[in-house]
Formats: sequence, structure tokens, C-alpha cells
Amino acid sequence: MWRDQDRVELSFPAVEVAASAGLANLSAQLAARGLPQERAGDVKIALAEAINNVVEHAYAGMEPALVQVECRFGPNRLDILISDTGRPLPGARPPDGEPASVDTPLQDLPEGGFGWFLIRQLAKDVRYERRDGSNRLHLRFDLRCADATALGHNKAQIRS
Amino acid sequence: MSLTSTMHAQTQVITVNADRIDAAMAIRFKEEMRVETESAPDRVILDLTSVQFIDSSGLGAIVASMKQLGGNRRLELAGLTPVVVKVFRLTRMDTVFTLHPTLGDAIAKCAG
Repeated sequence: MWRDQDRVELSFPAVEVAASAGLANLSAQLAARGLPQERAGDVKIALAEAINNVVEHAYAGMEPALVQVECRFGPNRLDILISDTGRPLPGARPPDGEPASVDTPLQDLPEGGFGWFLIRQLAKDVRYERRDGSNRLHLRFDLRCADATALGHNKAQIRS
Repeated sequence: MSLTSTMHAQTQVITVNADRIDAAMAIRFKEEMRVETESAPDRVILDLTSVQFIDSSGLGAIVASMKQLGGNRRLELAGLTPVVVKVFRLTRMDTVFTLHPTLGDAIAKCAG
């Protein structure tokens, strides 16, 4: 029975409103399983972007099926698998996620294109595979030294 | 999604009465912002105190809302919660917008 405590699973239709509710549900369940609050924000941001990509791109132009999310707590880490039966990622690999530049005139500021950048910034490891007609995106989050990781840019301050 | 506007001297404060601005509400947010700012004064502050979460679609909608103010007018943001701040910092949008810790701070600035 211990496995139940370490796992959170949810599937929902790949449409915006269901995805929004699904993400809130997953976040609440992860918090209830003890995901530290400092890491909960990072996980939620990355998970939201991964789910949005499925909703907006994988099922674009076709009948949306389900997004399945499976989260597993391991020693000092959280592994999340997001799967769907939509189109494969172009090039069969997750984009590098170069961020759009904000050093532009106001009217040229980017209004999108940050999804993969955020995922790559926040997850420790990102892997993708296409298997049996499904997309499987694996995100790993490091839960060690949660305080230091959460503060990131303030590491020097923590050491002192 | 629901927005409320109040005037403080020559400053319009638009308060977001929702706990998130995400892909499911980004288009509606942008449209409601267009209506709220149709005859806006030069200074507009967006009060995000209630917003616990935004994703990149929500961020994009806030950027779009600033663009539709017209000219070179910049939207100021107040009351950003930790996850919202993180999204602005990671994307460097914190260098584009003026961020105020609280709505009170933002309004105090307009008096000066």
C-alpha cells in the first residue's frame, strides 16, 4: 500500500477548462503528499506548460482525447510522466526552449514562446519518447535541499 | 474572470478577481482588459494580489494588455504572489514591467 502514498495519478480531457481544473487538482494532491511549498510552484509552472502543449499542439486539428499525468515521489525526487495520444513532437524531441527576447520595442514584445523554456528551467531532467502511438514526456524534479533550489539566485546568501 | 476598476487621483487600478490567469482564461482576460482600458488615464496599475498562479498564456495576455494601452504606455503590476513573480523573473518580463510589492506601494508612488 505504500505505493499509493507515493503516487498521484489523474487524467482529464485535453481541453483548456479541464486542464486548468486538472492542474489545480494535481497541485493540491502533490501538496497533500508533502511536496515542499518552495518546489510546488516550480512543479506547477512546468506541469502547466507541459499540459498546455498537449492541449494546444498535440491534439491540434483533431478530436482531443485524454492527458494522463502520473507523479511518483522517489528518494529526493519527483518524477512526472505526461502522456497523450496526439501528434508526436516535431523532430521527435522536446525543443531546446530558447527564450524569446524581451529586449525589444514595447509593441514587439513576445506574447508566447516561453513554454519549453520554463519547463527546461524548472525541471532537472526532460525526456520524451513516442511509444505505441503515445507521447510520453518525463519531467524530473530534484527535491534535495529544497530551500537552496527554490531560492536559486540567492545561493550565495544561503551559504554565508 | 472578473476585473474591477477604481480611480486613485489620475491613476486607474484594475483588480483581478481570480486566483489564476491561465490558458483557459487568457483570451477573456485580454478582452476584458481592452474594455477596462478603453479610456484609461496615462497610469494604469494591474492589481494581482488575488492571483496565485499564471502560466505563459496568462503572461502573454498581460503583455498583450500592455500593448493595447497604445503608444509607449507601460502597465504597472502590483501585489505579485511568489509563483507569479517567478514566471516574470524567469522570462525576464520583470525587466519590462514596473513591479510593486503591494497595491499600497504602487498607489503611494503616484502621490509623489
